[in-house]
Amino acid sequence: MTSMAPVVEIRDLHKAYGQHEVLKGIDLTVEAGQVVCVIGPSGSGKSTLLRCVNLLEQPSAGKVIVQGVELTHRDVDIDAARRRVGMVFQQFNLFPHMTVLQNVIIAQRRVLNRSRAEAEQIARQNLDKVGVGMKCDSYPAQLSGGQQQRVAIARALAMSPSLMLFDEPTSALDPELVGDVLTVMRRLAAEGMTMLVVTHEMAFARDVADRVVFMDGGVIVEEDAAARVIGDPQHERTRTFLRRVLDPTAQPETTTH
Amino acid sequence: MTDQSTTTEPNAPAPTTAGAARFSPRRRQQVSRLLQYLILLTALAAVVLLADWEGLAQNFAKPDVAQQALPALFTVALANTMIYTLGGFLFGFLSGLLLALMRLSTVRAYRWLAIAYIEIFRGLPALLIFLLILFLPLALPGLEVPGGTYGQGVLGLALVAAAYMAETLRAGLQAVPRGQMEAARSLGMSHARSMVTIIIPQAIRIVIPPTTNQFVSLLKDSSLVLFLGVSGEYVELTKYGNDLASQHANATPILVVGVTYLLVTIPLGYLAVRLEKRQEKGR
Ligand SMILES: Nc1ncnc2c1ncn2[C@@H]1O[C@H](COP(=O)(O)OP(=O)(O)O)[C@@H](O)[C@H]1O
Ligand SMILES: [Mg+2]
Repeated sequence: MTSMAPVVEIRDLHKAYGQHEVLKGIDLTVEAGQVVCVIGPSGSGKSTLLRCVNLLEQPSAGKVIVQGVELTHRDVDIDAARRRVGMVFQQFNLFPHMTVLQNVIIAQRRVLNRSRAEAEQIARQNLDKVGVGMKCDSYPAQLSGGQQQRVAIARALAMSPSLMLFDEPTSALDPELVGDVLTVMRRLAAEGMTMLVVTHEMAFARDVADRVVFMDGGVIVEEDAAARVIGDPQHERTRTFLRRVLDPTAQPETTTH
Repeated sequence: MTDQSTTTEPNAPAPTTAGAARFSPRRRQQVSRLLQYLILLTALAAVVLLADWEGLAQNFAKPDVAQQALPALFTVALANTMIYTLGGFLFGFLSGLLLALMRLSTVRAYRWLAIAYIEIFRGLPALLIFLLILFLPLALPGLEVPGGTYGQGVLGLALVAAAYMAETLRAGLQAVPRGQMEAARSLGMSHARSMVTIIIPQAIRIVIPPTTNQFVSLLKDSSLVLFLGVSGEYVELTKYGNDLASQHANATPILVVGVTYLLVTIPLGYLAVRLEKRQEKGR
C-alpha cells in the first residue's frame, strides 16, 4: 500500500465547558483502514472527543483534520465535511417517525441528492449487510435494541463515509443483543473501514483494534497496540481501570502481581 | 345529633366494640348512598312540578321555529363557522410554528419579538382583538384586510390562535430528544434541513392532542365574529341563532345552535382524549 494522508488527525485538541476543562490537549491520528478503540473511565472525555471529531461540539482549541480538510477552520462548510464522517450513538437515535428504509434513505436524498431508486438500492444493500433487510417497512419502535443499532449503522454507512465513529454502541443493549452488533462491526473492520470506537468491550478491542487509546481526566494516558495496552499496560491508572472493567466484583485492594 | 356521633367514629383511634356493632362501614355507606338518591329525587320532582313546561317549550323548543332554522343552519351557519375556524386554525398554526421557532432562536431579537407577541395576544380578551380589527380601517384609512368579512374573521381567530399554538409547539419542539438533531446533523443535514425533516414532524405529532383541544376553543371563539357586524351569507352559528331568535322573538334558535356546536365539539373532545391515550401508549 502507498502511504496516504491519515483519515483523521487530531492536534492538541482542547474542549472546555465554562471553567470545566474536559479535553486537555489530545493528539491522535487514525490511518486509513485502521481501527482505534478508545477506553477509559466514565467522564474522562471519550464522548466529547468523538463529538469534537465531527463538530457536534465546537472545540475550544486545536485542530481536527479529516482527509486533509481542517474541520475546525472557520470557513469550512461543516455540513459538507460531516458527510465524510459517519456516527453511531449509544442511544441509536433512529428517526421514530420514519420506517427503517426511510431512515436510511432520507439523508441520501436530502444531502447527497441521490435519486430515489439509487438511494433505496443503497439502503437495502446496507440493511442486508447488517442483517436487518427484512425489517425495511417496520418502524424503529418495533425493533429490538440490537436491530435498531444495526439500522443506525446501516444509516451511517449509506452515506459512504471515510470514517465511522462509534460512541459506546453496545452500552444500551441487553447483553444477549451485544454480539450481533459487535459482529457487524467486526465485519466492517475486516472490510477495511476506518473506525474510531469508544467501547467497554475489551474482547472486541483486543481482537479488532489496531491500537487502543486509554483516556483519563481529559488526556491520553496510554496509546499502543491493543495487546500491549490491554495485556500489559504501562501506567498504574490503566491497570486500575482494566482491573475494574475486566473483573467488576474484585476488591479494590487486590495486588497486581 | 345522633348521626354526628357516627360520623366522628372513624377518626377514633381505637374503635370500641359497641360502636362497630352499631354501624358497620358497609352499612354506613349504604345509608349515605340512599340519602344522596333521596335528595336527587326530591330536586328532580321539584323541577318537574314547579317548572312551567308549556312556557319553556314555547320559548326554547318550538318545532316550527326550529324547522325554519334548518337548511341554512347547516349549509350557511355551520359551514361559515367551519370556514372561520379552519381558516383561523390554519393561519394560527403556521404563525404559531413561526413564533415557536423564533422563541427558540439563538437570535435574541427574535426571541423577544416572539415573547412580546405571545404575552400580548394571550393576555387580551379575544373580543378586544375582534373589536380592534373592526376599527382598524378607521385608524388606518386605506388599510383593508384581504378576503373581506371572511378575512377579518379568520384574521381575528388566527391572531389569538397563534399565541396559544406558539407555546404548545415550543413545548413540542423541546420534547423532541436532543439526539434527533445530533443524528440528523451527523448525517450532513443542515440545521434548517434537520428542523424541517426531522424535528418539526416529530413535534407536530407530539402536539396533535393539545392542538385538537385548541381547535375546539377556536370553534367556540368563532362566535365572536358576531361583533364584526357580519350579515347575510357570512353569518356563522351564533349570529345566525341570534338573528333568528330576535326575528321570532323566541329562544328556540339559540337552543338549536347550541346543540349544533355540541355535535362538533363533544366528538372532537373525545378524539383529543383518544389521541392523547394512544400517544402515551406509544412511548
Ligand atoms: N454539554 C456539556 N456541558 C457541560 N459539561 C459537559 C457537557 N458534556 C459533557 N460534559 C462533561 O464533560 C466530561 C466528560 O464527558 P464525556 O465526554 O461524556 O465523558 P465519557 O464519554 O468519557 O464518559 C464530564 O465530566 C461531563 O460532565
Ligand atoms: Mg460517553
